[in-house]
Amino acid sequence: MPLDASYHAKSFKSVGTRPLRPDGIDKVTGRAKYGADHNMPGHLVGLILRSPHAHAKIKRIDISKAEKLAGVKAVLTAADLPDLTNGDQGMFDILDNCMARTKVFYDGHAVAAVAAVDMATAKQALKLIKVDYQVLPHVTDVDEAVKPKAPLLHEKCFTEGGESKPKNPSNVAKITEFGHGDVEKGFAEADIVIERNFKTEQTHQGYIEPHACVASVSPDGTGELWVCTQGHFVYRNHCAMLLGMDVSKLRVTSSEIGGGFGGKTHVWMEPVALALSRKANRPVKIVMTREEVFRASGPTSATSIDVKIGIRKDGTITAGKAELRYASGPYLSMWGELGAMTSFACYDLKNVKTRGYEVLVNRPKSAAYRAPSAPMAAFAVESVIDELAKRIGKDPLEVRIQNAAKQGTRSSYGPVYGPIGIGPTLEAARKHPHMKAPLGKNQGRGYACGFWFNFGGQTCTDVNVGPDGTVTLTVGTVDVGGSRASLALCVAEELGIPYDQVKCTVADTGALGHNDMTDGSRGTFSSSMAGIFAARNTIEVLKERAAKMWEIPVSDVAWENGHAKAVGSKYGNLAPLSLKEIAAAAGNTGGPVAGHAEIVADGAGVSFATHICDVEVDPETGRSRVVRYTVIQDAGKAVHPTYVEGQYQGGAAQGIGWALNEEYIYGKDGRLQNPGFLDYRIPVCSDLPMIDTQILEIPNPNHPYGVRGVGETSIVPPIAAIANAVSNAFGVRMTHVPMSPPRVLKALEAAKKTKKA
Amino acid sequence: MADIHLWGALRPAAGGASVVQVEAKTIRELFRKLEDAYPGMTPHLARGVAVSIDGRIYRDSWETMLPDGAEIYLLPRIQGG
Amino acid sequence: MAVLVSTTVNGDHAEFACEPNETLLDVLRNRLALTGVKEGCGTGDCGSCSVILDGRLVCSCLVLGIEAEGRKVETVEGMAHGAELHPLQTKFIEHAALQCGVCTPGFLMAAKALLEKNPDPSEEEIRFGLAGNLCRCTGYDKIVRAVQDAAKVMRGA
Repeated sequence: MPLDASYHAKSFKSVGTRPLRPDGIDKVTGRAKYGADHNMPGHLVGLILRSPHAHAKIKRIDISKAEKLAGVKAVLTAADLPDLTNGDQGMFDILDNCMARTKVFYDGHAVAAVAAVDMATAKQALKLIKVDYQVLPHVTDVDEAVKPKAPLLHEKCFTEGGESKPKNPSNVAKITEFGHGDVEKGFAEADIVIERNFKTEQTHQGYIEPHACVASVSPDGTGELWVCTQGHFVYRNHCAMLLGMDVSKLRVTSSEIGGGFGGKTHVWMEPVALALSRKANRPVKIVMTREEVFRASGPTSATSIDVKIGIRKDGTITAGKAELRYASGPYLSMWGELGAMTSFACYDLKNVKTRGYEVLVNRPKSAAYRAPSAPMAAFAVESVIDELAKRIGKDPLEVRIQNAAKQGTRSSYGPVYGPIGIGPTLEAARKHPHMKAPLGKNQGRGYACGFWFNFGGQTCTDVNVGPDGTVTLTVGTVDVGGSRASLALCVAEELGIPYDQVKCTVADTGALGHNDMTDGSRGTFSSSMAGIFAARNTIEVLKERAAKMWEIPVSDVAWENGHAKAVGSKYGNLAPLSLKEIAAAAGNTGGPVAGHAEIVADGAGVSFATHICDVEVDPETGRSRVVRYTVIQDAGKAVHPTYVEGQYQGGAAQGIGWALNEEYIYGKDGRLQNPGFLDYRIPVCSDLPMIDTQILEIPNPNHPYGVRGVGETSIVPPIAAIANAVSNAFGVRMTHVPMSPPRVLKALEAAKKTKKA
Repeated sequence: MADIHLWGALRPAAGGASVVQVEAKTIRELFRKLEDAYPGMTPHLARGVAVSIDGRIYRDSWETMLPDGAEIYLLPRIQGG
Repeated sequence: MAVLVSTTVNGDHAEFACEPNETLLDVLRNRLALTGVKEGCGTGDCGSCSVILDGRLVCSCLVLGIEAEGRKVETVEGMAHGAELHPLQTKFIEHAALQCGVCTPGFLMAAKALLEKNPDPSEEEIRFGLAGNLCRCTGYDKIVRAVQDAAKVMRGA
């Protein structure tokens, strides 16, 4: 009974309110401690030497001069991080990315590291390390990389998942296919078929806090790691494996995190810091520079996507097909696969086929970025749907409503949907005042839909009742944007006590069992489920204690509004016992009162959104400016609506940056040319309008309060919505993002020429 | 016997079939029998496979029951941000 | 050769020795333990390290520690008066103008400098006044609203 995750409709007292977050004051006074704000006694400064080449063999590394420099306490190469991954390819790739072994695969790839008494000495030591490279031909473009004669990253990479076993190695590491029906038959039934190629450039999550950690390893094999991460338990497990340490002997504490968005989901330089510390027998602190973050952490894929969609004049989409090539950096991942799964997920299609390609290129190892891979696929599909609607003379929003997936639809990635929110978000868009607002000169309006999966996963949570009856909620999911407030709300709700009597803390790895990361929009979904279960278990204990205080059978005790009540007329004169009273007597009734939950939070459901945006394009400069923006998304149940709005607005802003400005620019030499916030320009305050939000609440049947994850979906529609708006402003279809001024100008010029001709 | 739908990457291990039939009551039993019948699936199962049961996706819990007549879909274990 | 610098930080006299090439940001963080001043880029592009130097908003990563000699430095740590938060601090929490919070100290400094010059800014003036500070979480909507609300409170309106 206590572990019943199913949704039961109820009226809420705490959930849905908007209290102040518990970490607010620390964050406005400068007291909150982030990755770089922590120091250990006598810590050394760690620095990493990075490859200037996009692709090269490491012939020899000479560290002897660096080691002799006064003040240098440890110099490290891959030899100090032997392969302990035991055939786990994913972990080996992470290891190779932390410290290159035989080859460097991108500009910025780590080749050596030093730990020294201060920054100046460490910098000097880096210069004394001599690396003998044999430079190899490189490839950074995703379309170039798939060509037969492209420089090969891995000689032994034979495409997995293709129709036939390949004879030759290539940079296509894997192909994955999804879909159902017969797309060729579907295209034959269409009145109009449009096929186009779309390109998106590589972008970075752009969290404002660079990666930072302080590591300390003792000769007895124990260690401590302070680090900014989305998942300290995962970092612990990764580091312990890569360093050959016992998991239980490495205690990892997550700092406050200054943004992650998927970029802090696996280790980058943390194992190096630990290895340096082990070698020097001193704590070591490593803080990445912004340039290192751009060159050597995990941006998202650049893509090239071919989409073909057919439609009948009545608005029915008859078939959809996509070939999605996602650059994954030098190592196999699943970014093309995710693009293939999500591309058509918003629609009810009889015939659909998608193929995702994992393409290896000489760029940094791609990492997750908020709803990874979905925004690019949505850009391609939503652009073509808009164009098709125009061609048949129908409103693009109505075409989307007509073809939207619903309960019982077979999704493009396989399973049949349960209750989902795409239809309601589209209906809400249709009714939204934004749709009727007049457009100004050079302005266009666009809309787009977006889909993303949500995760559950392993979660472990404690509820402890203090002697004064206040409650500590201990969770293991990192708070990336206000989850301590939402989780405390859920536990207060379940216990029937006020929010301000619950204090939520993110514990270190020594205090709780394993927790998966805060990723996949799972933080509030899964930790609230575990928190609710822990609260229910606490209530069982509280009832037992009340029974002992009253000397009655526990079966006669109920829990209501934060009080134990004796049930039955024979107890008529017993006043209810408050949490505070039961807590005060705990020492005499069996000791501390606590409840725990260790769960796999399955059933996170899927998430949909529809965005509307107005864009003004300056025909002289090609600059596009978003002048109005509306996000409509299903939250299941918004636990803390203000922070749900914040997730919607933040995702939209990141999508706007991706659509209009942000891109990795590589030179012919394979070096990243814009590794800084001056030339990699993310939206600033004056670039954006207010971002309106509308929260829909279609309860998730698999969460006690109906909660869905809300963090990621908001980044999926913006690129497409903006591309559609820009296209509508000038009647020019934009197929390459970012739609930076030069690209827009070029498209405008080309359209003028076509008109003249 | 339940129909088990396979996503693209698993199909080569099942001789190209998109659906295979397995008698299984739980996810654990399903995985065990798939490995027995289609050894080529072992690396995929080791890497992580999610199971969709009537549209609800389970990533981890082996003990989850596979109800009679349910639609069972195997999917990659996805990553998120 | 380290140089001895005498300055005022958040109203208190402070002395430190620093290298001539050391930034004010590094001095504040590493020598004076004022880690509320954040480093997001080190090149003056993100505004996380914003402090107010003699009444002027600066990126402390672009100022040398020795330039603080004889001047007044204000950081986020000096914003509250005892237990009483500055209205901007209160409004940032109330409006959820922070998610991860790492850009917040810089935004508070920039907003304070803006409102000291212009107590009743328009939305556009706020947006341009804060354009030197990067936030990646909020989309700025709630930050602008918090500044508008704080300005109102500070004007006594």
